[in-house]
Amino acid sequence: MASDAAALSLSGVDSFYGDSHVLHGVGFALRPGRLLALLGRNGAGKTTCLATIMGFLRPRRGEIRLYGERISGLSPEAICRRGVGLVPQGRRVFRSLTVRENLAVAARGRGPWTVERVFELFPRLRERHGQLAGSLSGGEQQMLAIGRALMGNPRVLLMDEPSEGLAPQIVAEVGRIIGRLNAEGLSIVLVEQNVKMTLGLAHDVVIINTGAVVFEGPVEEARRDEARLAQHLGVF
Amino acid sequence: MQFWLIQTLNSLALGGLLFLLSSGFSLIFGLQRIPNLAHGALFMLGAYIGTSLLAREVDFWLAAPLAGVLVGLLGVALERLVLRRLAGNEQGQVLVTLGVAFIIADLCLLVWTGDPIPVPAPEGLRRPVFLFGFAFPTYRLVVLGIAVAAAIGLFLLMERTRLGAMIRAGVDDPEMARGVGIRVSGLFTTVFCLGVALAGTAGVLGGPILSAYPGLDADMLPLALVVVILGGVGSLLGAFVGSFVVSSIYNFGTALFPDLAYVILFLPMVLALVFKPEGLFGRVRA
Ligand SMILES: Nc1ncnc2c1ncn2[C@@H]1O[C@H](COP(=O)(O)OP(=O)(O)OP(=O)(O)O)[C@@H](O)[C@H]1O
Ligand SMILES: [Mg+2]
Repeated sequence: MASDAAALSLSGVDSFYGDSHVLHGVGFALRPGRLLALLGRNGAGKTTCLATIMGFLRPRRGEIRLYGERISGLSPEAICRRGVGLVPQGRRVFRSLTVRENLAVAARGRGPWTVERVFELFPRLRERHGQLAGSLSGGEQQMLAIGRALMGNPRVLLMDEPSEGLAPQIVAEVGRIIGRLNAEGLSIVLVEQNVKMTLGLAHDVVIINTGAVVFEGPVEEARRDEARLAQHLGVF
Repeated sequence: MQFWLIQTLNSLALGGLLFLLSSGFSLIFGLQRIPNLAHGALFMLGAYIGTSLLAREVDFWLAAPLAGVLVGLLGVALERLVLRRLAGNEQGQVLVTLGVAFIIADLCLLVWTGDPIPVPAPEGLRRPVFLFGFAFPTYRLVVLGIAVAAAIGLFLLMERTRLGAMIRAGVDDPEMARGVGIRVSGLFTTVFCLGVALAGTAGVLGGPILSAYPGLDADMLPLALVVVILGGVGSLLGAFVGSFVVSSIYNFGTALFPDLAYVILFLPMVLALVFKPEGLFGRVRA
């Protein structure tokens, strides 16, 4: 099966918020070292999908595997410790912790990522290392959220709209960083509204609409089918 | 003059006790999102355990931490065996802590009877010290010193260690804390145990000032509630400042306007809830 070779795979995943059925049999696979763009309109279920992978929501049906090992049903802390990192929508930095503390509390496992290395990637964070995260600008908080996820030395990085609400130059910088992390071999699922930037970075594209996958394929195929993109994502 | 000095010192000593009680209450409230309504009962249980230890000739300075450890262990059991099973059901958890408070109060009545048990101050601290021509009750000064030391220790734990940072992360955003690999439920147990142990220790330390009696729990819990609402949930600094504000209001209020003690005490709480619901040092939750 193809999913044996996958870094992360979902198959037949159904998720609910209470009684409201949000994900309907979602399945896709992220291959090692690739960047998969997860696209869809507002409310399509992208964040719910990442929340389910991270273990914030327990899928009622289906399964999720990380390098072949089943992670669905585990707690978020166990899923993180197995190598899934999340850059959440809205950044969700720990506001009353300093920049350095935000990174320190997230340090897990063996791997290249240390506070020092995150500071090399984001020199702005080094300058602000003693400042409370709540006092940072939106762009700096986004860098911190990315750095915090990297501190877990993840094998798969989930990113939920990292460009949301940022100034254009910062968006470009964040885009460069994502491309660089991926080029260094990190497997990434990227959720974005900024379709142009995302298609430039992605190898594969998955589109979901009202909680179900309506397209999965390589980025070239997605580009060729602009009509479908427009249909599912609105104008861009 | 002596009246004001003595009342001030009484307020400071009561404030110290209140800090030992409410700091744990506030940390538990901040992390677990529930007021532990058994906190006053655990304070009283500590006081009673203290009286039994003292009756067996255990040294006062050993009895206080020992009672704290015993009460802390009870807290671990309560957290692991009961509260944990109700995870996510905050209403249920609050009701359970209230039920446990009643159970503890009843058991105390059974074991230690209904008569107040006076607790002598430790040997050597019973005579007042004379400073600037005034007599100061030595033991109260020592209690104040212990509370200040505990405040410094807790501050260093919370602000200068990785454990403290993890606890604060759990207060800020428990779900995201788990998402970066922090075992928040283990922190719950640690903080609950620590907070409850502080309450138990405070019960013994409070013995020479308050003695141990049925109803001590119901006298202390509202004070801790007011402290935390004034100071802000989960804030150590808030608990510290709030403890001394509340103890001063309480002491001077009961001394000057004995009929209005509760009005004077709870009016600031009502005003805080209406005009500054996050407390003086609390944060607005996202
Ligand atoms: N906590 C929640 N409780 C109940 N329903 C929710 C909750 N969070 C999201 N939903 C619903 O689930 C559906 C999917 O939401 P989700 O946040 O996953 O969408 P999204 O694709 O991430 O949207 P956006 O682009 O706006 O971030 C929506 O209909 C939303 O209203
Ligand atoms: Mg979303």
